[in-house]
Amino acid sequence: MMLLLRRMILALCFAMAALPAAAVQPDEMLDDPVLEQRARDISAGLRCLVCQNESIDESNASLARDLRLLVRERLVAGDSNEEVVDFIVERYGEFVLLQPTTRGWNWLLWAAGPLLFICAAGVGAAYIRSRSRAESPASDALSEDERRRLEELLRE
Amino acid sequence: MISLDPKDVPARDKQSSRGRRDKVNAAPFALIGAGPPLEYDRGMVTEFGHFALILAFLVAIVQMVVPMAGAHKRWPGWMAVAEPAATTQFLLIGFSFLALTWAFLTSDFSLRLVYLNSHSAKPLIYKISGVWGNHEGSMLLWVLILSLFGAMAAWFGGNLPPGLRARVLSVQAAIGVAFIAFILFTSNPFERMPVPPFDGQDLNPLLQDPGLAFHPPFLYLGYVGLSICFSFAVAALIEGRVDAAWARWVRPWTLAAWVCLTIGIALGSWWAYYELGWGGFWFWDPVENASFMPWLLAAALLHSAIVVEKRESLKSWTILLAILAFGFSLIGTFIVRSGVITSVHSFASDPERGVFILLILVVFTGGALTLFAARSGVMQARGVFGIVSRESALVANNILLAVSAFVVFVGTLWPLVAEMAFDRKLSVGPPFFDMAFTPFMLILGLLLPFGSMLAWKRGSASRVARQLAPAFFLALALLGLTWVLQTGRSLLGPMGVFLGAWLIGGAVTDLISRTGQNRDWSRLRRLPRADWGKSIAHAGLGITMLGIAGLTAWEQEDIRIAQIGEPFEVAGFELELLGVEEIQGPNYYATQGEVAIRSDGDEIARLFPQKRNYPVAQMPTTEAAIDYRFLRDLYVVIGDEQSGGGWVIRTYLKPLANWIWGGAILMALGGFVSLSDRRFRVAAGAGKRTAAKGVPAE
Repeated sequence: MMLLLRRMILALCFAMAALPAAAVQPDEMLDDPVLEQRARDISAGLRCLVCQNESIDESNASLARDLRLLVRERLVAGDSNEEVVDFIVERYGEFVLLQPTTRGWNWLLWAAGPLLFICAAGVGAAYIRSRSRAESPASDALSEDERRRLEELLRE
Repeated sequence: MISLDPKDVPARDKQSSRGRRDKVNAAPFALIGAGPPLEYDRGMVTEFGHFALILAFLVAIVQMVVPMAGAHKRWPGWMAVAEPAATTQFLLIGFSFLALTWAFLTSDFSLRLVYLNSHSAKPLIYKISGVWGNHEGSMLLWVLILSLFGAMAAWFGGNLPPGLRARVLSVQAAIGVAFIAFILFTSNPFERMPVPPFDGQDLNPLLQDPGLAFHPPFLYLGYVGLSICFSFAVAALIEGRVDAAWARWVRPWTLAAWVCLTIGIALGSWWAYYELGWGGFWFWDPVENASFMPWLLAAALLHSAIVVEKRESLKSWTILLAILAFGFSLIGTFIVRSGVITSVHSFASDPERGVFILLILVVFTGGALTLFAARSGVMQARGVFGIVSRESALVANNILLAVSAFVVFVGTLWPLVAEMAFDRKLSVGPPFFDMAFTPFMLILGLLLPFGSMLAWKRGSASRVARQLAPAFFLALALLGLTWVLQTGRSLLGPMGVFLGAWLIGGAVTDLISRTGQNRDWSRLRRLPRADWGKSIAHAGLGITMLGIAGLTAWEQEDIRIAQIGEPFEVAGFELELLGVEEIQGPNYYATQGEVAIRSDGDEIARLFPQKRNYPVAQMPTTEAAIDYRFLRDLYVVIGDEQSGGGWVIRTYLKPLANWIWGGAILMALGGFVSLSDRRFRVAAGAGKRTAAKGVPAE
């Protein structure tokens, strides 16, 4: 039980670190609005490593701040957006990318939706065709019983 | 986190003077005892609660076995066991839940759960919501709602054929057995502390909020409500009989579950908007996705059940959807409760629990799908319809909703798959979902007004197109207008405006078309409530889409160091930080700023953004101050004091923000209006008729 308690406390510590309160601080921001906007766009796509499912733009963890400063440093040094992202991925791995790449098996992730959609649309179209060509069942007209029920309902 | 080592806790208690009833303003909080000295006999209620849960487990086993055997052998006496058993099970779990609530209300820290998640100084409402603000308690709420739905099916199921009713309640009880066992064996909320500590560790402050207090119950009503659809589907498979009457029984339950799920998701999203401090409303977090997938599938089920009810087509697909919808609820429970995919909201992560839920998931979903594979052949489609018809439109609706749910599913699980199968640690975040999910919603939005007005069996595309032309051109005009006004920004905003206007206009057109050729408006009053519900819900979807587009496309942000008494301008408003003071709440301290908002020199609002610190939970939170208006929110957050003077102030202008949740409320309202439709109330008679006509499988 002590172990569990300790784990809960640990979780709380993490929750603290991951708390999305104040993100970008005024002292971090670049004077050039164009560069700053580029920095914000890049930051929104990079994951805060110690948080859970937050971008460094949203996180107030100190590591996220370091990364934000790093992004701005590279931009000031003249890197393009891609170069900045590559630089960070090289250091921290593809885990930092909130938008997964299409490399390796990842194409399956990207293609899963469209592929299923094409299959489903095919099956759906075949079903609709088959229904539109099916023989109308004899019971399609109202039976005596159903007619009575309908009248009853209409009267209500 | 200085002295929170659990080993210190009892020691610290001995030093403190027991029974002190100080006011909360003395520090530190952890040493204050607002609660009375520990009384052990008060805890008897808790023991009864625990005992009631064990009894409920036994009752559920009886309810699972006896009626099913009875239905199989056609023994009325055995089948009749189901109803009283369902009621008893609900009452026992209800008592158990009340006992736990009592322990929270009286701050009985001899219970480990209360110690970990409560504090004597916590406001009353959060003592209550603390019951489900943790793993064990939320699972108890889960089974409480499960048994509530079982009991309601027993109470209102008088019109069901006895065999079907017995089987439905038996399947429902089987789910109950699995989950009560899960609680009793892995997550017992009634576990005691060896040495009762003097005060608790407080509930996670993020959860101490009115929006989040009622978010889980609604979410669970939705999630777990789908269990009834599942039970109906499995019972129908066992009986081998699906007909219009079956769909008519299932639809109200689906509708009710979907309405609750809508409210639950909207509450959660609204909470995130004002609580997390920068006004995001949806993060594609695994826990959010866990509730969103069942919502999408329930929406699909809602629509396909109409086809079964009115046209006796799409039967096997509807059964499959009912199984999948609840299957995704189970997957959601697994994701949230096992912490397998860690995320901001996850309270618990324990492999033993994860494996147990996974087992439940595999047994129920796998079992039902196997049954489905074996039996789906007996369900014959009867309805015949043309290619252009309401039926086809609803097939398209189902494809789009199911595929988009699948995209969310793949995206949520992909990091896990990549790590296990390819040894790659990667993230799938919002950019993926925005790109992979949104297109399907756009197609859905484009087709919806058109499809919803097509006639059953054989529709006329040109006629519907003529009727919808005004709505279409109005939406197009608004697109043009917003595009010109916003000058040079992305097309996202105008496209959202188009979709929203198209959906709202389509819903209105649908209603107008019901007045007939000579525009007899009194017909609207006599229109079935289901038709009103449909239009309201579809317009609600349009309003939500408009809100999302407006907020994402036209948001403005300002981050700065504000000096007290020096006004600054954001998005045409003048803001002035008038002062900052330290204040004290019941269980927190706060730094509170006072910000005046002026427009054209007149003060239009005064906002009080806070930065709170909860000393017991050792956690800071931000409380944004929001000036809510119809067309925009002004969202102000206070940050840290700067060494050179001044405070960090963040200001956001959030256009159409309220529309997101306003639309969700309309969707829920539409579902509710539809639920009150006459045909569900008169379904009793119709049910008896069709049931007698159904064809048994054997």
